[in-house]
Amino acid sequence: MRKESFLWFALGSSFIVLLFITVPLLRMVSAPTLSSLWETIRDPEVYRSIWLSLYTGISAALICFVFGTPLAYLLARSEFHGKKIVEAIVDLPIVIPHPVVGIALLGLVGKNFWLGRVMQELGVRIVGSPAGIIMVMTFVGLPFYLQAAKEGFASVSPRLEHVSRSLGASMFATFVGVTFPLAWRSILSGIIMCCARAISEFGAIVIIAYHPMIAPVLMFERFQSFGLRYSQPVAVWLIVVCLLLFLSLRLVGGGAQKVRSGRRAGSRV
Amino acid sequence: MSVRVENLAVDLGTFHLQNINLTLKEGDFFALMGPTGAGKSVLLEALVGLVPLISGEIFIDERKITNLAPEKRGISIVYQDYALFPHLTVLDNIRYGLRFNPFKRGEVAVDELISLLELGHLLKRYPATLSGGEQQRVALARALAVSPDILLLDEPLSALDPNFRQDLRAHLKTLHQASGATFLMVTHDFSEALSLAQRAAVMNQGVLEQVGAIEEIFCRPTTTMVADFVGMKNLFKVKFSGSTAQAAGLEIKVGKESRAQGYIAIRPEDLILSKEPLISSVQNSFAGSVVAIRSHGFFYEIDVAVNSLIFTAVITNHAFFDLEPTVGDGFFVSFKATAVHLL
Repeated sequence: MRKESFLWFALGSSFIVLLFITVPLLRMVSAPTLSSLWETIRDPEVYRSIWLSLYTGISAALICFVFGTPLAYLLARSEFHGKKIVEAIVDLPIVIPHPVVGIALLGLVGKNFWLGRVMQELGVRIVGSPAGIIMVMTFVGLPFYLQAAKEGFASVSPRLEHVSRSLGASMFATFVGVTFPLAWRSILSGIIMCCARAISEFGAIVIIAYHPMIAPVLMFERFQSFGLRYSQPVAVWLIVVCLLLFLSLRLVGGGAQKVRSGRRAGSRV
Repeated sequence: MSVRVENLAVDLGTFHLQNINLTLKEGDFFALMGPTGAGKSVLLEALVGLVPLISGEIFIDERKITNLAPEKRGISIVYQDYALFPHLTVLDNIRYGLRFNPFKRGEVAVDELISLLELGHLLKRYPATLSGGEQQRVALARALAVSPDILLLDEPLSALDPNFRQDLRAHLKTLHQASGATFLMVTHDFSEALSLAQRAAVMNQGVLEQVGAIEEIFCRPTTTMVADFVGMKNLFKVKFSGSTAQAAGLEIKVGKESRAQGYIAIRPEDLILSKEPLISSVQNSFAGSVVAIRSHGFFYEIDVAVNSLIFTAVITNHAFFDLEPTVGDGFFVSFKATAVHLL
């Protein structure tokens, strides 16, 4: 039986796409020798930068979680005039070039604007500090968190909330007892996506905070000063640490839900 | 508790309700009927407080609840798709409302409901593993565990297999008697309404067409929409003994045995009119007189009074000209025992 030629085309291009993603990564991961990897991680500058990347990224994701969850819920549940505008605003950080984000934020917290000066008076340092890094990461990570959380909330049938209300639960109790646990998997995905996006940010962060150096900035500097061979091991370590982090988040956060229900949470209508 | 709805109006774009006036008496079992899209479910959600009202007031026992939050109304709702919390076990589903309703009888009520609805063996299971009938029983238990004053049921039986439906219908009856709550059930199934409800309303395009006792709606529809919707004519309240039904001094053979009391219905086209009695062992044949004749173009409707029962028969134009009935004429009404529907 002759297969459709379109099917062969689809299979062929899928293969190319997968190669395009995996080959560069595999090449990079396999390039450094074990001894150079070992040497790299013992370098205080390297592990400090990876640690900085991790904790600023996680902080940004948590900030998105705390402040973004109510907005995601509203966007999933309510219809209002200007909703499209709000959604477009929320997506802006994705479409704006990264250095532009850095410049925009620097214009806000730098010395040339009253807000920056007030904060300086109060002794709050944003430029060139972890706080500045977290601010940039939150800015670029928010859309990823909001999108995932919104989808999670939208997949919870409003009828479940209605029943909960009719049984005496307030709106808040309903959110805590029904909506949030059912949307939790999507929320967790959103946190991971947001965190990953935050850790990968470079363009905006170099403008706000070249120092202290996050891992991508350190890689860039080593590449500029010493060449490819010296930036590759740092990159490998960052990938390994991030993968471990996200994997453990999935295991810890998703495991409990899996036991409870085989199918997708309460989306039957 | 009694419920009173005054001049209620809702506009949700696709669904709208207008000028809804409705009174449910304390302990009522009320059926809300109507075609799909009539706005029945919207009315339920309006009562719970889940959709905004344009106008109107809702009272429970003369206490105005129009602006009360849903959780403060004492109205529980059971949906057609059960809407069980998938992340909670059956027991946690049933107990869900208790922590928000700290009354003393809560735990006792839960135990009673579990045994009444035969849920004891399912308590540790999750909803996704239950059959439709089991899920609906859990939903009922959950709704009644908080001892609501009013229970709203949105087509509680229509998603179930026929054999589960019978079973749950019996459960509903028991629960209504045991709980003392006022039940309002949306349904599009007349036999369901007849077997459960005392009073009913028919809704069409966001308006209540008729409100009244269930037999009255069935026997005396006030609008053509209700008449069409009701469909089956010749509905009689009867007493059964063996395989015969007794009403107004008539012994009607129904072919099978039934419980002590109930309704029978016969489709108008299953009635045969004749000037002489038809003799046959499976047939019912009663002498009566014509009280009304209505022409419908392709067919005629003839009302024949037998004692105090009015039978409505449908005959073709051809048969009409053969029989030439006039009001006051004596006619025999005959029908097979198998043409009798037991409700």
